[in-house]
Amino acid sequence: MIVGRTFRAARFTPFNKLEKLMQKPISKPPIRWHIPVFLAPAFLIYTAVMVIPLLGTIQLSLFSDIDGEQVFVGLANFKTLLGDQHWSQQFWNALLNNTWFFVIHMLVQNPIGILLAALLSSNKLRMKAFYRTSIFIPTILSFVIVGFAWKLILSPIWGVAPSMLDVIGLKSLFTPWLGKEEYALTTLALISVWQFVGIPMMLIYAAMLSIPDEILEAAECDGVTGISQFWKIKLPLILPSIGIISILTFVGNFNAFDLIYSVQGALAGPNFGTDVLGTFMFRTFFGFQLQLGDPNMGSAIASIMFIIILIGVSIYLFGIQTRLRRYQF
Amino acid sequence: MSVDIQRTARSQVTFRAIAAHAILITYTLIALFPVFVIVINSFKSRNAIFREPLSLPNAESFSLKGYETVLKQGDFVLYFQNSLIVTVASLTMVLLFGAMAAFALSEYRFRGNLLTGLYLAIGIMIPIRLGTVAILEMMVASGLVNTLTALILVYTAQGLPLAVFILSEFMQGISDDLKNAGRIDGLTEYTIFGVLVLPLIRPALATVAVFTMIPIWNDLWFPLILAPAEETKTITLGAQVFIGQFVTDWNAVLASLSLAIIPVLVLYLIFSRQLIKGITAGAVK
Repeated sequence: MIVGRTFRAARFTPFNKLEKLMQKPISKPPIRWHIPVFLAPAFLIYTAVMVIPLLGTIQLSLFSDIDGEQVFVGLANFKTLLGDQHWSQQFWNALLNNTWFFVIHMLVQNPIGILLAALLSSNKLRMKAFYRTSIFIPTILSFVIVGFAWKLILSPIWGVAPSMLDVIGLKSLFTPWLGKEEYALTTLALISVWQFVGIPMMLIYAAMLSIPDEILEAAECDGVTGISQFWKIKLPLILPSIGIISILTFVGNFNAFDLIYSVQGALAGPNFGTDVLGTFMFRTFFGFQLQLGDPNMGSAIASIMFIIILIGVSIYLFGIQTRLRRYQF
Repeated sequence: MSVDIQRTARSQVTFRAIAAHAILITYTLIALFPVFVIVINSFKSRNAIFREPLSLPNAESFSLKGYETVLKQGDFVLYFQNSLIVTVASLTMVLLFGAMAAFALSEYRFRGNLLTGLYLAIGIMIPIRLGTVAILEMMVASGLVNTLTALILVYTAQGLPLAVFILSEFMQGISDDLKNAGRIDGLTEYTIFGVLVLPLIRPALATVAVFTMIPIWNDLWFPLILAPAEETKTITLGAQVFIGQFVTDWNAVLASLSLAIIPVLVLYLIFSRQLIKGITAGAVK
């Protein structure tokens, strides 16, 4: 009995099988209490603070406050959100802005991240540690710092940006980018790219380091070096990592709030030009200026964000990830 | 002839190295420039800030006026302490509970193993922020609003899914022989976890620690919603509110930005070596 317990983990050895046969008539194995003990803390906190509130949000979105009482209204909140002109205009504006925010990250942040990682992972480069450390610095700063720092730098009052442009003779290009409706969102997205480029860089860098040297040496023997080595050998091998980065970017961007809130405030000015789903939800839930907060509508927006993220993640998991070719070394 | 080929090959290699350095240096400048501008200007007098924003402070323009204003008015020490408590406490819980759950999932076969793993993994993809409305209601009901406990609980729940995922990948790589040897020697499952397994997954723990810590330290959303009171403000929220008050006092704004940047920067520079080791150890492939 005691011996059987000691060997439980190595279950598939023939010796064990024999032992099990010997044990069989005696009794059922005792409950392994350590399993629930190991699982319980994580399971309980995760369930109580994350899963139940997420379900609660969905539930709340199906109710409405009528004369101070929560009444079940089915999908009426969603109907208002998508059908009512005042709401739907704001909603589509936020969704469209959010999509643009994501597109810029995909087109600018991830290619730059891959480029930097590719350069860093080349063998003989010196000062690698310095570059890696410095380029990652913006990522560790908080949105508040990043937001205000850029707000000051781009401010026409202080004039750092115009005088810098003056040096390269492009002063005429300067406008208060954060204050103009047509530029503000793109500017914010680029600031966010500046901040987070370190993450794709690090992840791709790690992936590139895990490519075995033999493969690269074999490629070199066949005369595949430099840029063509990147396209033909490295890129196919890091595609799964690029997939992971894309989905992380997607989830992160459709939750964006902090940077926009700290630069433009809850109103996401100018004229809602930088409003994304996160700020829209915050404003709806807590209210602003003369509009009162509405938890039910706020939940409805959160539920839609939930659905959008779920769709995106499903497309990735079932449409993209399964088609990626994985190589085992 | 062959010498010629060698020479062109060598010059091509040098050219490539120069190009790589040029790109990396350019990007490094872009990454560091804003931080640099903020920090140098925080040490200048108001006139110098506007007259020559890009020059280093010299004997004439040096001034600590901004720092004086900031340290007199804001309770930065308290905010910093709050941030530290919240981050360290949630980090400890994420690492400990995450490792425990990961150990259970990767070590034992039991009914519901796969299902539990999937259940915990959902949280990687769905941000906890979407549950804010209900979390706030829950915290109000349990009287935890404006306490650091509320933040710690939320951040623990937020960090656990990724921690369990990465750590269980790692734990699968630990040899069974070692653990069985421990079992033969009469170690309990708890001792095997604490004494044998935990030390072996240190690089994975470092990776998880960094990926958990940065968003917690920098979060504005939950402190703003769950704990906006003066005595529970985190440094991120404190800086946000504080900077807002001093919009026109450029010395104070720049000084408070620098004060918020420097501690994180120092911590990062101390730990950056471990961070790289952890990340490149193969945790995220």
